Amino acid sequence: MYRPCGTFDEKYSQTMAIIRTRKHWILTLLGLAALMTMPLYLSGRVLHFVNLLGIYMIAAQGLNLLTGFAGQISLGQSAFMAVGAYSAALLTVHLHIPFWLSIPAASVIAGLVGVVFGAPSLRIKGFYLAMATLAAQFVIPWLITNVRTDLTGGSSSMLVPAPKIGSLALATQQSIFYLIIPLTCLTVFLVTNTARSRIGRAFLAVRDNDLAAEMMGISLLRYKLLAFFMSSLFAGLAGSLWAYWMRAISPDQFNLLESIWFLGMIIVGGMGSVVGVAFGVIFIKLFDILITLFGPRLTGFMSPQLAQDTAAGLSPFVFGLFILIFLIIEPRGLAHRWEIAKSYFRLWPFKY
Amino acid sequence: MLFLQFLLNGILIGGLYALLALGIVLIYKATRVFNFALGEMLALGAFILYTFLSTLHLSLWLALPGSVLIIGTAGLAMERLTLRPLIGQPILAAIMATLALSLMLRGLVLFYWGSSIVSYPEKLLPARASVFGDIYLANELIWTFVISLACFLALLVFFHFTKSGLFMRATAEGHDTAQAAGVNVERVFSMTWAIAALIAGVGGIMLGNRFGIGITTLPVMAIKAFPAVLFGGLESMTGAIVGGLVIGIVESMVGGYLNPQLSEIAPYIVLLLILLIRPEGLFGLKRIERI
Repeated sequence: MYRPCGTFDEKYSQTMAIIRTRKHWILTLLGLAALMTMPLYLSGRVLHFVNLLGIYMIAAQGLNLLTGFAGQISLGQSAFMAVGAYSAALLTVHLHIPFWLSIPAASVIAGLVGVVFGAPSLRIKGFYLAMATLAAQFVIPWLITNVRTDLTGGSSSMLVPAPKIGSLALATQQSIFYLIIPLTCLTVFLVTNTARSRIGRAFLAVRDNDLAAEMMGISLLRYKLLAFFMSSLFAGLAGSLWAYWMRAISPDQFNLLESIWFLGMIIVGGMGSVVGVAFGVIFIKLFDILITLFGPRLTGFMSPQLAQDTAAGLSPFVFGLFILIFLIIEPRGLAHRWEIAKSYFRLWPFKY
Repeated sequence: MLFLQFLLNGILIGGLYALLALGIVLIYKATRVFNFALGEMLALGAFILYTFLSTLHLSLWLALPGSVLIIGTAGLAMERLTLRPLIGQPILAAIMATLALSLMLRGLVLFYWGSSIVSYPEKLLPARASVFGDIYLANELIWTFVISLACFLALLVFFHFTKSGLFMRATAEGHDTAQAAGVNVERVFSMTWAIAALIAGVGGIMLGNRFGIGITTLPVMAIKAFPAVLFGGLESMTGAIVGGLVIGIVESMVGGYLNPQLSEIAPYIVLLLILLIRPEGLFGLKRIERI
């Protein structure tokens, strides 16, 4: 890893540190402070987007562990999110469990469901695995819609009460922000550290060649299922936050298109890079938001029905275009561009 | 009697699934790419014919070949613009490329035709039901089945009695070997996509005729062809036919005997079982891996 000229490591702890220099510390703390004080100077509408980004970030980082690091393709991330959302909602509505217990419980439940659908990965890979997770994407929402509709509300939406700390209900964008964003930061930190630990290295080995990895003593059973577990765990976390944030969930919020969005985010950002995925989520979501905001203006001259359809078509079209452009022109994603930009400024005024 | 009714219904619907599965298998065999964009290609084909018939008022005999030709050309363009640059990239790139393609096509269809469900000004195939004793069969579905069968036979003839068909079979054996033997592999890729798009166009028109033309109705049907493909094995055309029929029958039987709602996901449950028990499918090739 590159570091600025004149920065030396004298102890092992320095080599291992994520935050290395004093400047780095100051910048990190300033950044965190700016992030955490956002509710003070941003309006509710902007905070809505920030919270949405936070939730998407958690799910996308989870998928990055599975697809980017462990190389297992999953088309079912939003189905696992649905498991988390409905688990949290059911625990809250029917068992009256407080949110600080139901969120971890829902995450673990989603993780276990992920392991069940990830089990075929031991025998199959590539397209076949994509198919198995695609099946999850259809089976899980169907189960929610059709089994025990007295509990889940079936295809109509299920209402979730706002999480409560004592008498304080986290019902506004400002207050739920302090539930979502710290968990997002925690997720990013956990994924970063997982990636540089034994588990992350094992994932990389499995991604590059699973047979060779097994020859080297990496238990495929353990690490493939662990990858599915962790990825679905974060999906479940994102899903349970989604439930508390939206406060009305329905199975069609978690469709195949959402899963494709997550895959698109990690491709645009750069697979197997935590920073990259963060960029990818923000980049893709911002474009989506811009389209929803300005799409109607672009189509203002059309008849209302036509304008609505055109605006609806714009979002998938642009998203598909971005995925293709990145696949063809920059398969390493925004993360690679970020590295290039960083080294350019570090070496300036020299070229290399 | 009820059993026979469900069985025949399943076979007739299965014929359509088989045709769609064939479109996927063709592309997979030749290019090792799984075409997730099939559903949107169906919708595109059906909508182009719709425009020809109801907006431009062309006669059917002009509109039908015209729309099939256009969708074939579109298939050619898709391969040339998106998948050609990705040859040799990891498998995820191929998956994502066709998924992205499906999103873009969905966007285009929404731009031009919107999200409403429409139907052709007049039914293309006879709509009444035939009665055989106690069994009712929709004439549409019988015609659809016959057309699917005709497409399959035409493909069989094409593969075994034309030079291009020979090239395509050679490419399916191995890209490097085929290239070394003088086959223009890239041209074969284009041709495969064009043919698969033709099939998708025909399938889309028949599906649209039966179930209504809309971006919400048609892609869902294509996704049901995926289990059929895996059941038969990704590399086998016979497998696609058998898989399509089996999925059709399973769907019809589950819907008839167990629960109509369960029939929606019955294909995917079959899919999961296949993946667990025999991942390469009935007629697929077992892959042996070397490091």
